[in-house]
Formats: sequence, structure tokens, C-alpha cells
Amino acid sequence: MNDDPTTGDDFIHSHEFLHHLMKRQLRLSISCALTFSAVLLALPVLNYFLPEFMAMRVFGFTLTWLILGVLFFPFVWIISWAFIRRSLAMEAEEAERAQRGKVGSR
Amino acid sequence: MNVDPWILAFAAVTVFGTIWMGFRAAGSSKTASDFFVAGRSVSVGWNSAAISGEYLSAASFMGIAGMVMSSGYDALWYPVCYACGYLFLLLFIAGPLRRFGAYTIPDFAEGRFDSPLFRRIAVCFVLFIGFFYTMPQMKGAGVTLSYIFPGLPYWVGVAVVGAVITLNVALGGMKGITLVQAVQYWAKMFAISVPAFVLMAVYGSYGGNLKANHTTIESPAPMVAEAVPGVTGATGTIEREPLPEKAPADEKWISPFGSLTTKAATMAGLSGQDAKPYSLLYTYSLIIALVCGTAGLPHILVRFYTNPDGVAAKRTTMWVMILIGVFYVFPPFFGVLGRNLLPELYGNIGAKGTDKIVLELPRILNERFGILGSILSGITCAGAFAAFMSTFSGLLVSITGALAHDVYGRILKPDSTAEQRLRMFKILAVVSGATAILLGFTVEKFEINKLVGWAFAIAATSYFPLLFLSTWWRGITMPGAAIGMLLGGLLSLATVVSTMFADQSPWGAGLKAWYASRPLVRTLAEQPAIWGLPLAMVLMVVVSWLTRSRIPADIRLKMLVLHAPESLGLKQEYIREQEEAGH
Repeated sequence: MNDDPTTGDDFIHSHEFLHHLMKRQLRLSISCALTFSAVLLALPVLNYFLPEFMAMRVFGFTLTWLILGVLFFPFVWIISWAFIRRSLAMEAEEAERAQRGKVGSR
Repeated sequence: MNVDPWILAFAAVTVFGTIWMGFRAAGSSKTASDFFVAGRSVSVGWNSAAISGEYLSAASFMGIAGMVMSSGYDALWYPVCYACGYLFLLLFIAGPLRRFGAYTIPDFAEGRFDSPLFRRIAVCFVLFIGFFYTMPQMKGAGVTLSYIFPGLPYWVGVAVVGAVITLNVALGGMKGITLVQAVQYWAKMFAISVPAFVLMAVYGSYGGNLKANHTTIESPAPMVAEAVPGVTGATGTIEREPLPEKAPADEKWISPFGSLTTKAATMAGLSGQDAKPYSLLYTYSLIIALVCGTAGLPHILVRFYTNPDGVAAKRTTMWVMILIGVFYVFPPFFGVLGRNLLPELYGNIGAKGTDKIVLELPRILNERFGILGSILSGITCAGAFAAFMSTFSGLLVSITGALAHDVYGRILKPDSTAEQRLRMFKILAVVSGATAILLGFTVEKFEINKLVGWAFAIAATSYFPLLFLSTWWRGITMPGAAIGMLLGGLLSLATVVSTMFADQSPWGAGLKAWYASRPLVRTLAEQPAIWGLPLAMVLMVVVSWLTRSRIPADIRLKMLVLHAPESLGLKQEYIREQEEAGH
């Protein structure tokens, strides 16, 4: 793999690689965080402005209780599952690219 | 004293089982690395169960149910955000931190900024947050023991349980508790779910019991029936005892923006629509504290270093979310059922109040099925023991680790041998345990869940901004990080303590009156995350910009180690470079 890591100016150590890598990671993380936050932060607003709608009964629960007390957990699992799948694929791709880039720059 | 033998038996089995496992594991943990991070060789399955076991504390096991019973809907934010905090940890922090590789957060702080001074500041926060978090665990211990032995004073329970766990940690270290905590997760899951299913079968479903509480748009309580033995929920009617005066009314309890979040406005004499904006603000601040605070809890983060690599760290986090998410569906059910069947708890405070509903509720089955209720109550007591014992031992390890590894090993006596440090670990475990017990004596009147929420708020305003910015922003400097963390964390700590003092201390009456006329200030003081987190971040950015000449010279390599996939082998390179530079 990385036989001689101390050699200086290869692709892995370049500013471009780091910048590109962090940007891709951060974009993925932020998009997942926004999906999650949009739902989490919308709930109090809905409770505030549409109290009667949120108090509608579903299987005995009020709608808002059902969402917060039960349905929210699977929602978070789905987001985290999607994040891990994409993040592992992206990192494998970047690792491969970095290895190739290093060879190319010599 | 009238001790129920079944309850005592189950609790005793849990305690002795825990101690036995700790002692057994003690035989196999020999090196310093075993003590601090279990030799970094724990599999995803074991590690996620152990993290969940450590995380599901007295607040999760007893506090949530108690708070749902006392405050209704608003309390649901706690379990949801306790679980969702892991998502932020996963998205932003878990992978990079594990790749960087360090024993503790102070290790990370020093490595990231090449600053031994910053290590000391970070250690202080491990201690602040750690001790704050031990208080609710101690309250859980006091409540449970005085339930098992009626008439036993609260402080005896705190002292006995604290002493037992301290001994266990001093002898076993972290490897001991990884095994114990993984087992305890499953014990807690069993202890909350089995009694819940039995109660549902007898007294009606979660939704059915909730329906007995009418909302503002419904006509009052169409489902209420007199409590007649034999008429059960299974056949369609929900039993309900009459609510005492102190209990919140149905429509307030089941609706958002109830008593928990409107306290400041109520004290100021506001009600209805006037109180709602404060309530919304409180809710948002609480959400921020809980979601970001999870990512900043020292005793949880240290566990991520026991993953073999960053990929395993991510997988572990996902499994933790599933394990604790499933668990968190159950405690609110106990709160809902408790409101219908044991409303007399509303009248009590301290160790006899709603915080003990999970322990007490299954016992009502005795009226119909002989000893079944006692057996199930024994099981929930055993779960409660597992809850505060596992969290308290995790906290004790991280507090003691910070003291032995950082304060003693790095600051006081850098040339100490591994053997000396190990002996110090044991001595300091006893000292920290004793301190936690003393702090536990003072919190009988506070709700368990609230105390934990405050520990989260302090973590959210100190560690979270530190970890987030130092992982993702190259421009952060040591002075920036330190000032942001100190001011954000300490100001939040101060405002939280000021509201505790105003409410509980006889000398706080003046402050209480001052707060009462300023509901906005009181809301922000009680839930500081909404201003504390942005404040810490802004300070970090501004001060870092002012001191930008102090950005570490090898910042690019540091960022590469944090972010580059491990297969590229940058970590080894980084270690070599650090050694050459003489760090």
C-alpha cells in the first residue's frame, strides 16, 4: 500500500486532495444533518401553529405523540444507515483515487 | 420495614452478578491500556451493546417515565434527543476522532493543538461534566434502595450503591466494565420490555391508555371508567383512578408546551397564549442541548477509541442508535400508565415521587395475579440497578482516567512508571467515588431527568463546539478553542446552577423573585444551549482569527489524519513525524 509514506510532495499530501476530501465528507454529513434537523425542528413549529391538527387521534395517540414517541426512532435509523453506506463508498473511492493520483504525479 | 422478598431477590442478584463479573474481568486486565481503553480490541457487537449499556442511565430507565408522568408530552423530547444525539456524533465526530487515535478527549485536545496547557483545560471539563452526570445516577440509587427497603433514608442508598461501584471500578478498570456493560444493556432491555408487555396485556395498550386523557378539542374523558377490578383494558375499557389536585389537567398534560417548558412564564404570572413563545424557546434550547450534548459527553466519547478503526466506529454508532431507540419506546408507556393507575405519586416529592413509577407500577398486578406484580417489580428494580451502576462505573472510569492519566501521569508526575499510574488509578477511583456520593446527597429534590439534561447542556456548550470546529476547520487555534470552550461551558454552568439555587436554596429567594419577573431571562438561564453553543462557536472563530499566527505548523497532516481513509496509512506517518519533532 503506502510503502514510503515520508516522501513529501505526492498527491495524498497535496492541498487539493485534503480540500476535496473534506468538502465531500462535509457535504454528505451536512445534507444528512439537514434532513434530520428539518423534521426535528419542524415539529415544535407544527405544534405551535397547528395544535388541533397535531392533536388528531391515531390509534389512541395524538398525532404529535405518535411521531415523537414512536416514529422518530426508525426515521433516524434510516438516515444513519444511508449515511454510513454512502460515507464508506465515498471513502473507498477516495482512497483508490489517492493511490492512483500518487502514481500519476511521479 | 416491610421488604418484599421478590424485589429484594432480583435486585440482589443484579448487584452480585455485576460485582462477580467485575472481579472475574479484573483477573484479565493487566496492562495500563487494558484499564483505560480495553486494549482497543472490542468488536462492533460488544462495543455497541456496551456503549448503550453505559448510556442508558438512571435518567433513561427511571427518569423518563417519571417525567412523562409528571409533565406529559414535553418530556418526550428527552428520549428522542438522547437517541438522536448519536446521529450528530456519527455525522461529524465519530469517524475523524477515531482515526486521530488518542486515549481521551484531553489527548485529542493536546494532539490537535500541540498544547499541554489545553490538555489541562480539557481535563477540567471532563471533571465538571462527569461529576454533574453522577448526581442523577446517585439520586436513582437513593430512590431505588428506599423503594426496596421502605423507611430507609435516601442517603443510605446513595452511600451503599456508590461504595459498591467504586470498589468494582477500582478493581476491574475498563475491560471489566465493557463486558459488564454489554450484558447490562440486555438486562435493561429485558427489564423494561417484559413488564411493559405484561402491563399492556392486562391494562390496555399504550395508545388506549393515552386516549383516556382528553385533549382541548375533545369532550372531557369519554373513556374514563371507575376502577373496578376485573374490567380490563384488554376488553376495551381503560381503568383510571381519580387524579389528585397536584396532577396536571389532561389537556395540559397531553399537549405540547405544558408545565415543563412553561415554568418560567408561569412564575411570571403568564398563561395560555402569552406563555407559549417562552415554551417554544425552551423546547428549542432543550433540543439543542440534548442533541449536541450527546456528542460532547466524555464517558461516551472515550468508548469510541475501543473500536479497531473508523469504519467500525461508524458501524458501532449506528447499532447504538438502534439499540437505544428500541429501548426508548418503553419508558414513556410507564409514565402514561402510571398517570392512570398510580396518580397518588403526584402528591409526593423526592425519593417517593414520580421518579419511582417504573419500580412501583408493576406491583399493582399483585391485586389480581398474586406474586406476579412483585416479580415484575423486582425485574424493573434489577434494571434500575443495572442502569445507574453501569453509567456510574463508566463515569467513574472516565473521571478517574482523566485524573490518573492526565493530571497525575502528565502534569504532576510525568516520569511515573506504568505501575505507579495503575496504583494511582485505584486510589483516585476511591476519591472520585467518595466525591460523587457526597454530591449525590444534595440532589434528592431534583428530577433525575432534569439533572441529566443540564449535564448535556454544559457538554453542548463546551465540548461539542470544540470537537466540531477542530475536526472541520483548519483555522482554529488553541487560544480560540480554549476561550470558546471555557466561556461557553462556564457561563452555561453558572446560569444553570443559579436557577437550581434560586429554586431550592432558602438563600435563593431574592434571585427567584428576580427571575420570576423576567421570564425570558429565566428561560435562557434554565436552558442555556440556545445561546451558549453559538456563543462558544463565535468566540472560537473570532479569537482564532485574531491569533491566526498560532495555527499548528503541521495542520495539513493533522487534518489528513482526521479525514483521510485509514487504508492510506497516514496515522503511522504522523506518529513518526511527531516523534522526530520531539513531542
